Amino acid sequence: MNWLTRLIPSIGIDTSTNKSKVPDGLWISCPSCEATLYKPELEKSLYVCPKCDHHLRIGARTRLEQFLDNAVYKEIAADIKSKDPLKFKDTKYYTARVRDAMKATGENDAIVIGQGHVKDIPVVVAAFEFRFMGGSMGGVVGEKFVAGINKAIEDQIPFICFSTSGGARMQESMISLMQMAKTSAAIQKLKGHKLPYISIMVDPIFGGVSASLAMLGDINIAEPKAFVGFAGRRVIEDTVRVELPDDFQKAEFLLDHGALDMIVHRKDLRAKVSGLLNKIYNK
Amino acid sequence: MNNSFLDFEKPIADIYDKIQALKDIASESPELLSQIAKLEEEEKNITKRIYSKLSTWQTVQVARHPKRPHTSDYIARIFSDFDELHGDRMFGDDSSLIGGIGYLDETPIVVIGHEKGRDTQEKVKRNFGMPQPEGYRKAKRLMELAEHFLLPVITFIDTSGAYPGIEGEERGQSEAIARNLAVMSELKTPIIVVVTGEGGSGGALALGVGDHVSMFEYATYSVASPEACSSIVWRSSDHAAEAAEAMKVSAKELIKINVIDEIIKEPSGGAHRDYAAAAANIKSSLIDNLQKIGTIEINDLLERRYQRLITIGK
Repeated sequence: MNWLTRLIPSIGIDTSTNKSKVPDGLWISCPSCEATLYKPELEKSLYVCPKCDHHLRIGARTRLEQFLDNAVYKEIAADIKSKDPLKFKDTKYYTARVRDAMKATGENDAIVIGQGHVKDIPVVVAAFEFRFMGGSMGGVVGEKFVAGINKAIEDQIPFICFSTSGGARMQESMISLMQMAKTSAAIQKLKGHKLPYISIMVDPIFGGVSASLAMLGDINIAEPKAFVGFAGRRVIEDTVRVELPDDFQKAEFLLDHGALDMIVHRKDLRAKVSGLLNKIYNK
Repeated sequence: MNNSFLDFEKPIADIYDKIQALKDIASESPELLSQIAKLEEEEKNITKRIYSKLSTWQTVQVARHPKRPHTSDYIARIFSDFDELHGDRMFGDDSSLIGGIGYLDETPIVVIGHEKGRDTQEKVKRNFGMPQPEGYRKAKRLMELAEHFLLPVITFIDTSGAYPGIEGEERGQSEAIARNLAVMSELKTPIIVVVTGEGGSGGALALGVGDHVSMFEYATYSVASPEACSSIVWRSSDHAAEAAEAMKVSAKELIKINVIDEIIKEPSGGAHRDYAAAAANIKSSLIDNLQKIGTIEINDLLERRYQRLITIGK
């Protein structure tokens, strides 16, 4: 894949959430240090700012391509689409929101599952797509996640998930909430087969995804400075009426408090994860 | 007493006031007794009529009614010889969640439930029924104890949600909830879940994975509180009633999408009008379902539990 094809918006960086003042194109402003960065260069650095080491948000497919050998994967359960189980409507129909998100991202829902290799180890990898309704988990995300786990069990290979999500999807209410139980139960099935589950937490993860599949890794890893928590910062501030320190709910805070095994820089993820898998998954 | 009537219960409150006024003077004028009886009949009918067509938002208000019975009220009326067991063995004892061993008739069981507390002092002590991680970890410990001694687990859900605070985040609120979901999905003993009041989000679900899930008639269960959903989706807190409707938080909606298996009837006018009858309805449902589930071989039961979870949202 050459650099030109990579400029297709559907696999590009998340321009909707970074505060780029530079229009879409070859130049991107770092959301952290505001340095102006040349996109092809940024791509080489895996969308980590060469100036300040900020890990920019990336799409699910970019993630899979970065992580897997030769950027190659076979997609699993690609065709599952949302069914609007509650016929939900707020200021807009849920079906319209889904349609808009599909148009904006080119994805069917907020997760992509791929099967490939990481340093020659066969793996199934799930990657959340944060641009699709904030990476929120509804029935489709749960169903695809379980399909990925089932594939890992069928092929007796490890399962890895890159989570980034605002939490459960309001528009599917209880169906969405139950996906927390569904994905957690599937992870237990995988573990029953003695297959490893590596959870890699990517900025940001909150609510229902944090309080289910993201925390249940045999090994929990996060990218530097990723925000991960149960309740959002604003909710906590409103509840306890205290201003929270800057590092609150950052990966480093989670490591200090025992929720993570390690923090790994994006450029080291392939080596670190494959190394861990070689040790715990000895086949 | 009047303050326990909700806004939409005004017609009931009015008759109730009349009855009270007549009762005050009835000792001097016994001829009023027949009139009182008539009004009481009318009160019953109006209550029945109003409660037969509650809106979703009205149901939310009943589920949150300040006089609604809590887990400790049910435990006292449903089980005998209950021993409360405390602590998560790691950090502390979270009294927003109570658990212990007792008998359901002759059967020893483990029961765990959220407890909101009644008066102000108790509410504060029980953190308004919003657990910290140690609450969920206590629940997990008691479930594992149940598994070890082959006792069925009964859970009562009644919480607006897990507590959103600094310490909870430090001690791993997310992990505590996630762990319970994982453990409950394969706990080798029957689990019966009853949503008795408010089923608020992950903090409710952390006690909510089981073989039979029932809901009280006017209980609610949703991914977020209607207020939170309103502010997330409508970007304003003024749409809570619409959000409750849209999220289909009521038992009669949730049974249609197979999230729950059974609706347990409440006494006319809601559980808070008759604690004994409310508890009796739960008790008979528990006995029925425990009997049914108790005959299923454990591996089949676990497979059934798994299939139940895995098919939601298919």
